Amino acid sequence: MIFSFDLLVNAIVSGILIGGFYAAVTAGVSLSFGILDIVNIAHPAFVILGSYLAYVLNVSLGLDPILASIVMLPAFYALGAGIYQVYYLSFEKRGQESLRGLAFFFGLLFITEVTLVLYFGVDYRYVEARYIGPTWHLGPIDLPLRILVPFLVSLLLIAALELMLTRSFIGRAMMAVAQDQLALRLLAIDPIRVKRIAFGVSIASASLAGAFLIIIQPVEPSVGREYIGRVFAICVLGGMGSLPGTLIAAMMIGIFESLTATFYGPSWAPAVSFGFLLLTLAVRPAGLLGR
Amino acid sequence: MRSDVFFLVCLGIGAAVFAAALALGNDYLFFAGYVVAQYVVLATAWNILGGYCGYVNFGSAAFFALGAYATVALHEFYEPLPVPALIVGGGVVSGVVGLGMGYLTLRLRGAFFAIATLALAVVLQTLVVNWDYVGGSRGAYIMRPETIAPLGNYVRYLFLVMLFLAVVAVTAARVIERSRLGYGFATIRDDELAAEASGVPTLRLKLVATAISGALMGMAGAPFPYYIGFLQPSSTFGLDYAVNAIAMPLIGGTTTWVGPLIGALLLGSLQQIATVTISSAVNLLIVGFLLVGFVIVAPNGIVGLQRQYIQHKPVGLVGRRRLGADAPGSAS
Repeated sequence: MIFSFDLLVNAIVSGILIGGFYAAVTAGVSLSFGILDIVNIAHPAFVILGSYLAYVLNVSLGLDPILASIVMLPAFYALGAGIYQVYYLSFEKRGQESLRGLAFFFGLLFITEVTLVLYFGVDYRYVEARYIGPTWHLGPIDLPLRILVPFLVSLLLIAALELMLTRSFIGRAMMAVAQDQLALRLLAIDPIRVKRIAFGVSIASASLAGAFLIIIQPVEPSVGREYIGRVFAICVLGGMGSLPGTLIAAMMIGIFESLTATFYGPSWAPAVSFGFLLLTLAVRPAGLLGR
Repeated sequence: MRSDVFFLVCLGIGAAVFAAALALGNDYLFFAGYVVAQYVVLATAWNILGGYCGYVNFGSAAFFALGAYATVALHEFYEPLPVPALIVGGGVVSGVVGLGMGYLTLRLRGAFFAIATLALAVVLQTLVVNWDYVGGSRGAYIMRPETIAPLGNYVRYLFLVMLFLAVVAVTAARVIERSRLGYGFATIRDDELAAEASGVPTLRLKLVATAISGALMGMAGAPFPYYIGFLQPSSTFGLDYAVNAIAMPLIGGTTTWVGPLIGALLLGSLQQIATVTISSAVNLLIVGFLLVGFVIVAPNGIVGLQRQYIQHKPVGLVGRRRLGADAPGSAS
């Protein structure tokens, strides 16, 4: 393998860009798993669902994929709120969320994926947009717009979520629900309602992440599986529920994956995030910026 | 019933099933029966860790695939071995990996453990994809003998072996359930902290559970290359095995050996019928919906329903609100 400086710089830059996108995918999990303790293992499946809906709107109405995903936000929010209601009534209320709740989300993951396979088939689908194709060149660095645009919107999304969590009343209530439900009740706030809203927001973020995904690469239903481990690796590494931590961890994973793919071959790349996850869980379960 | 008697009864039932299949003389029965028996082993194996200890393993497919790839590796390295020897080989490999995984991850709480198993499955898959010796991403062809001496078609022999393995697995699960080991597992499931505090060696017990569970899954996978003829990483590590291994015990009922057996027989045969009559994608959808439906409506599976409505027995702790379920940090 010939070592070249250009290659290294480009690998790192594309790692950072992809990392921003990973952060957008993980943000939802950081909310649901990190803050609410709901192990939504089906999150990547909802991201793929978001991809397909953006694809449908893009192909039928010619809508920009990111705009399409913003149009779909309320629908995803309602879906998330509905799922949480079922989850709460069937598992949390009865205190058996650990085993059966996990199986519930695993089943949802499977149903979403198989339904998409039955409806759209296993062909790769892609969207059309003006920024897919051209690349900016900054000296030796290539900035493909189809990754740069999702990266920038991802940063906006993370910033908006962080603002909501730290500044708004409902966001602070979400942080509080993770710490002490009883105290929340004493303040006459319904913790279930707060959690429902938080889970709705978490699934709504999957709509945006799905649009980013299908802009970056063509999508088929089982692509989501690659993201399960990656997303949880980033979430754990980022310290469970800390959005800045999520962003840093996502960029780290992005860079490591991109370096592995450049210097060892793309077939080794999936092992990186999962290896990282196993290592983090074994050595430092609290993550980088653990609470 | 004593365990040795139980084993003999099961053997008798297994022999009767095989004789019935022989009498019907339809070779497809052996093909379908093999898959159902394989799922009995997988579901029982999953249940030893998942049902008895309460640790969810999403990586069943990886252990199954390890068993299968152990066979491929042995096949490349050595003269073709008899299938029972391959089963032992697959069991040893998967058991050791199970032990290693347990050592790495069992200090984690429930959800983290489940995610770690999923991660492990992908790491193992990446290793196999990049390991050309066993075929890499292209896959590996295994030639099975067409016939075997007294039985005729080789698939009949494979079915017989798998049937025997299923009997062994179910008996082992029943023995474990009623032994000191099983009670230890149950304490881990019900309250690990309290178990630890009262002197139950929880970590050691969990390691035993991962090793046994992993070994059984590997044993189920070892004859698979002979059955399928062409082994490919993406299908062998597929999510189908993982979801089935979880769905079957949960639908049957997780606390006893009967649950996974009922679940596997029911779901396994249903899938065989659906694959032939509708399509293989639809049968996976059925599994998904049954899994979600059962965990919501009948959290204790078919066994739980039977206890509730026929015997009018309370179903133990489940269904009652766990003490301190609302307390911060109690959810895991």
